[in-house]
Amino acid sequence: MAALDATGALDPAGAVARRRRRPGIVFWLATAWIALVLLLAVTAPLLPLADPATMSLLARRAAPSAAHLLGTDALGRDLLARLIFGARSSLAVGLLAPLVATLIGGTLGLVAGYFRGWIETITIGASDVLLAFPPLVLALAVTAYLGQSVPNLILVLAMLTVPAVTRIARAGTLGVRERDFVTAARALGASHTRILVRELLPNIALPLTAYFLVLVAVIITAEGILSFLGLGVPPPLPSWGSMIAEGRDSLDLAPQIAFIPAAAMFLTVLAFNLVGDRLRSITDPRRPGS
Amino acid sequence: MLGLVGRKLIYLLPVLLAVTALTFLIASLLPGDLAMAMLGDQATPENVAALHQKLGLDLPLWRQYLHWLGQVLGGDLGTSHRTGETVIHAIAERLPVSLELLVIAQLGGLLIGVPLAMVCAVRPDSAIDRVISGVAFGMLSVPPFLLAIVLIFIFALHLGILPATAYVPLTQDVLGNLRSMALPGATLALLEWPIILRVLRSDLISTLQEDYIAMARAKGLKARRILFVHALKPSSLTLVTVVGLNIGRLIGGAVVTETIFALPGVGRLLVESIYTRDFIVLQGGVLFVAVAFVAINFLVDLLYAALDPRIRHGRA
Repeated sequence: MAALDATGALDPAGAVARRRRRPGIVFWLATAWIALVLLLAVTAPLLPLADPATMSLLARRAAPSAAHLLGTDALGRDLLARLIFGARSSLAVGLLAPLVATLIGGTLGLVAGYFRGWIETITIGASDVLLAFPPLVLALAVTAYLGQSVPNLILVLAMLTVPAVTRIARAGTLGVRERDFVTAARALGASHTRILVRELLPNIALPLTAYFLVLVAVIITAEGILSFLGLGVPPPLPSWGSMIAEGRDSLDLAPQIAFIPAAAMFLTVLAFNLVGDRLRSITDPRRPGS
Repeated sequence: MLGLVGRKLIYLLPVLLAVTALTFLIASLLPGDLAMAMLGDQATPENVAALHQKLGLDLPLWRQYLHWLGQVLGGDLGTSHRTGETVIHAIAERLPVSLELLVIAQLGGLLIGVPLAMVCAVRPDSAIDRVISGVAFGMLSVPPFLLAIVLIFIFALHLGILPATAYVPLTQDVLGNLRSMALPGATLALLEWPIILRVLRSDLISTLQEDYIAMARAKGLKARRILFVHALKPSSLTLVTVVGLNIGRLIGGAVVTETIFALPGVGRLLVESIYTRDFIVLQGGVLFVAVAFVAINFLVDLLYAALDPRIRHGRA
């Protein structure tokens, strides 16, 4: 282990912050990847792709060719088409669930932090109860009872992430509610709604946006886990998680069937984490390096 | 310290009560009839009515809940309608496997994460720090099932040195058991170390800037001694917090790894109860895991208080 010389340890956080405040090439690569996946997912039905559900028992586990650019899976379905339609499932759940959670949790946290009193007690108590469950176990159980469908998945995963968003929004609101500009707005006779929307919301919007991006990564993973276990996006809709599960049976014969959707999923989760992390380090001056 | 335990206990009770109520409500209020779901193809009106009466589903909801809660408090989580096994017995039988997996994962994560965090913290922002931190950040984006598949591909299929799905009980063959636990344990440990690294690294970096470290350095103490004794000791608090915060993530990860590697643990019991629509087992299993989770968090809180004199004396 090297000696603890002072030169390296001098204000490392500041150095990291300076490096991080400039979005580097990695940030733009991640943004570009997200844009590409989004574009492909949205335009999937318009693209000249094979049907993702059509099986062909003559072309099982085919290698990449002109007809099937990425080859086919164990049932002879076109991998590229399934990959892009799978992105639709993963992103629909991965974007909508955090969006719903941010809207609900953001409102609850804002209201709880501003009005305090019994509203805050109830909100925080309810969050604590939801947080008392290991999230994945609760997600599994609720989807099992509700039944598998994309809207149910969005609902369940949103419900599970509301408490965390509520806490962040409340903490942010508590930090600014006593500041002078809020007192000034109140003295000028501003209504509660106006103070909440015009004075407080802008102050918690950025941290909430950064957290939203991290949540997208978390939810895409969670959807992947549920679909991998066969309890997420219902077949025949393709999803990256279920594609990886199906590819697992052909791991010895044609590992690309599992590894192609695995790579897509990893890169997408990584990209959202990278963008969210950069945004957070820019908006959070207190913890620049972490 | 005793007062603190009391305060925490008073908070614990309503949370536990709410957890039981929510577990019960999820099973009762959601669409679909439990009896219909349990009977599946054999759901004739007579069968459904009989099962309704047997399960007490014809009573008002609050009475059903109190009845169920009374049974739960008496240690009765119900009986699987599929295997006839009591839920408590099913859980007790599978719990050691899950606990072993969690311990291996936690130890493995610490074994990788702590030394790497120290390497990073000694020279923050150096090339080696950037590489390690970068790898850790990347690992945080790897879903557990994905990592499991990669490990199976490399170690079970390609190298053929470790089994992927042949669980050996600990009582039968210790070495065989450890071999069958190697890949699932590694999967979870590899998911765990990046979090330990990230938190401990930033903690150590700020500790190393404290005045007393400069003092120790000025006294001429060896760098290694400063790092291990003076800097790592206060960070043990942070480690306790991280370990506590990660339990939920680990339990989720254990559900997935147990299923993939066919380990007969509590997680796999839950997943299989969903596959077979064995809702009594599912409800009991969810309640058990949630209560265990609350209890672990409670213990972590207490341990944290015992380690930190500021909290112990109520001054934090």
